Amino acid sequence: MATASVQARPEQQQAENHPLLRMTGISKSFGAIRALKQVDFDLRAGEVHVLAGENGAGKSTLIKILGGVHQPDEGRIHLRGRLLRFHSPREAVAQGVAIIHQELSLVPAMSIADNIFLGHEHTTGGWLRHQDQRQQAGRALKRLGLTADVRQTVGTFPIATQQLIEIAKALALEAEIIVMDEPTSALREPEVERLFACIHDLKVRDCGIIYITHKLEEVYHIADRITVLRDGDHIITARVAELPAAALIRSMVGRDLPESARDATVPAPSGRQVRLAAQGFSVQASRRGLRPLVEGVSLEVRAGEIVGLAGLAGSGNSDLLSALFGVHRGRVAGRAWIDGRPYRPTSPRAAIRRGIALVTNDRQRTGLVLGMNIAANMTLASVARVSPAGWLDFAHEMQLAERVAGDLDLRAASLTQPVATLSGGNQQKVVLGKWLNAQPRVLLLDEPTRGVDVGAKQEIYQLMNRWSRAGHAILLITSELPELLMMSDRIIVMHRGKVVAEFDRAQATQERILHAAMGGAAASSE
Amino acid sequence: MSDELKSIPSLSPAHAAWWREALRNPVFTAAAAFGLVLVLGLIFSGDGAFYKWGTHRDALRQASVYGILACGMTVVIISAGIDLSVGSVLALVAVSFSILSIHWGWSPWVAIPACLAVGTACGAVTGGIIARFAIQPFIVTLSMMVFARGMAKYVSGGMKVSTAVQGADGTYSYVDVPEIFRLIDSRLLGENLSVVSLIFLACVVISWIGLSRLRWGRYIYAIGGNEAAARLSGVPVGAMKVAAYGLAGLFAAVAGICQAAQEQQGDPEAGIAYELSAIAIVVIGGTNLMGGRGGIGLTLLGTLIIGYIEKILSINAVPEANRLMLTGVIIVAAVLIQRRRV
Repeated sequence: MATASVQARPEQQQAENHPLLRMTGISKSFGAIRALKQVDFDLRAGEVHVLAGENGAGKSTLIKILGGVHQPDEGRIHLRGRLLRFHSPREAVAQGVAIIHQELSLVPAMSIADNIFLGHEHTTGGWLRHQDQRQQAGRALKRLGLTADVRQTVGTFPIATQQLIEIAKALALEAEIIVMDEPTSALREPEVERLFACIHDLKVRDCGIIYITHKLEEVYHIADRITVLRDGDHIITARVAELPAAALIRSMVGRDLPESARDATVPAPSGRQVRLAAQGFSVQASRRGLRPLVEGVSLEVRAGEIVGLAGLAGSGNSDLLSALFGVHRGRVAGRAWIDGRPYRPTSPRAAIRRGIALVTNDRQRTGLVLGMNIAANMTLASVARVSPAGWLDFAHEMQLAERVAGDLDLRAASLTQPVATLSGGNQQKVVLGKWLNAQPRVLLLDEPTRGVDVGAKQEIYQLMNRWSRAGHAILLITSELPELLMMSDRIIVMHRGKVVAEFDRAQATQERILHAAMGGAAASSE
Repeated sequence: MSDELKSIPSLSPAHAAWWREALRNPVFTAAAAFGLVLVLGLIFSGDGAFYKWGTHRDALRQASVYGILACGMTVVIISAGIDLSVGSVLALVAVSFSILSIHWGWSPWVAIPACLAVGTACGAVTGGIIARFAIQPFIVTLSMMVFARGMAKYVSGGMKVSTAVQGADGTYSYVDVPEIFRLIDSRLLGENLSVVSLIFLACVVISWIGLSRLRWGRYIYAIGGNEAAARLSGVPVGAMKVAAYGLAGLFAAVAGICQAAQEQQGDPEAGIAYELSAIAIVVIGGTNLMGGRGGIGLTLLGTLIIGYIEKILSINAVPEANRLMLTGVIIVAAVLIQRRRV
């Protein structure tokens, strides 16, 4: 090291002008999807650099490349002017890059000190130096103004404190680059203040902070610079003063509106019967001390209407759908009606019986039984139809499955092959086929077109049109704003668990929706 | 090796594909394994004992009690669970059945339903706790395993319940073995088929109907394959789990009645480690411990494989110590072979 520095003197001088981190021409593909295309990004010491973009813009991929989780297909990473390549998260940590994920990565049953040094234990001949670790952990906590006993278990602290412990971990590892991925999504106001104070302190200590957030207010509160990504492209990097909210939003949306696939022949739903109604609907978080997932939401969906439920990650729109389907039993407050009759969401089984269907946003984890065949999956929500008196009628089952498969243009060699062998788009068709067979009248669709090809998307839009022509009510979540605008008759926007705006089809624009979804004030009165 | 295989003219690409496909089919591999065991029997025939029909009848009879337990275990394992309590429930029922039939002289028309109810209740309770409180099946059934064993000892006073009845003055008198014990332990069709084997086959058929023909079985596979997706599709997960463990308990009771009849007594120490044999049978058959895959046909083959291995080892007078070690090796080998599928 010492000899190298003698030779590299001119270079080192140059290094002082170098930013802390420079990523140039980063590209990354997953299969056919190009997650990042020639993205440039840099971070200076002592700045907070906000990384903005819609869901799926490529923010997480960029962060994962920085953290050594993914390897870039192209591009270079310079740290303090030195070209580096991280092959594993461990290497990134060793180079002073700390990433604080949305889901905390602390072990609740272990003490603060043990958590802070997990994987980097101070040892002598294999024996832990507890005393040493406790002292250093204590020092790291103190820098954050935290006075907790480092021997106490992490799980006993509120989530805000745990977040600070995670930061203390970064400090104890002497990280210079700290990435925070939506750190405030679960926090309440006073805790957010505390976190901001801590970030300010880190800036003073010349750390560089990359901050991902979906909240306009936060962007303009703590950012020095902003970089916007969109569909894997680098759109703009600017100082915060040069990028007012309107311009920021414009740079984030800008996706082209496709030709409308919404069937114009569906009779206007206004004046038709209210199919689904909810009033003062709230969902508590599963752990105490966190803000509610959904707070006091009221909405109505009429027969034949498609209502878009816009919101960025953490807005609670997805939680609202699963709560209506009876998933969050015991944590739900408020009232709901179906066709004017009171409805209590106690279990998915009860919801299905009342004619509700939920297409979840993760077909592999919560939509399909991958080891079972196509026909069995397609009748899973309506087994009673094909098994009068409990005995399975295989001919009837095949008949139902074949009809739905024909309707949805499902491409499979045989309906008795396992679902796992199908492509993403065809798997999604099996999920939709399952609900077609259940004959619902209220459809809760959470990202129904996620990860499917263009052709399958069109077929899913046609199915939604058919449902709405038949007078069914549809609540639609999709993170693709153009799709939301195209299919929805009305759009409700949620932010931090609450409804913050509502737009007609005519009023809605990508800018307005995103502005409201990011917590922009007075969005609805524009 | 592979070059040699290619040079064999008969192994055309079409044949190779057929073999690959067949090897992926668990029924084929289990049947092939059983065939292999039979071939071993023909070679190591124990001085011709393997060529006698009686040997085969006994192999099936001796495996039957394990096989009955394995039927229930199959259902539970397909639902992505496990049931460690079946051996203890077997003992509890064996003891209860002996007391009711031998000492109290109850009619089998009453004693058998009562005993089946006891076993089913044990299973339903564990299933209910697993479903209601979301505790791992391993823990809950482990508790039931200990509890039912204690119950068996409590009911029997820790002694074998046999035809020797202690009178008020402390002397023993002997009563007759009840008719039902003799019936269950007898053979049909000119001594060619044990009643216990017949009961085992009936359990296989019942489980097969339940798993393959009833809505209930569809739900069990769905829960084992993806519990979250099943719940979100309206499957009554809790009730199905109660039913699955209840069935395992019912079959444990059937096995307990058979065991009591075969031994002509109720031994509170009976059935120790039987749950492990039942799990081994299910696994050797090729039912996946992760749940959602497998079937009762595989368990039938698994029972035959285990039963015949035991029989072949015993007619060749292999000492028990060696038999146990060999069985352990065979179980691991069988699972390793099956892992290559999927």
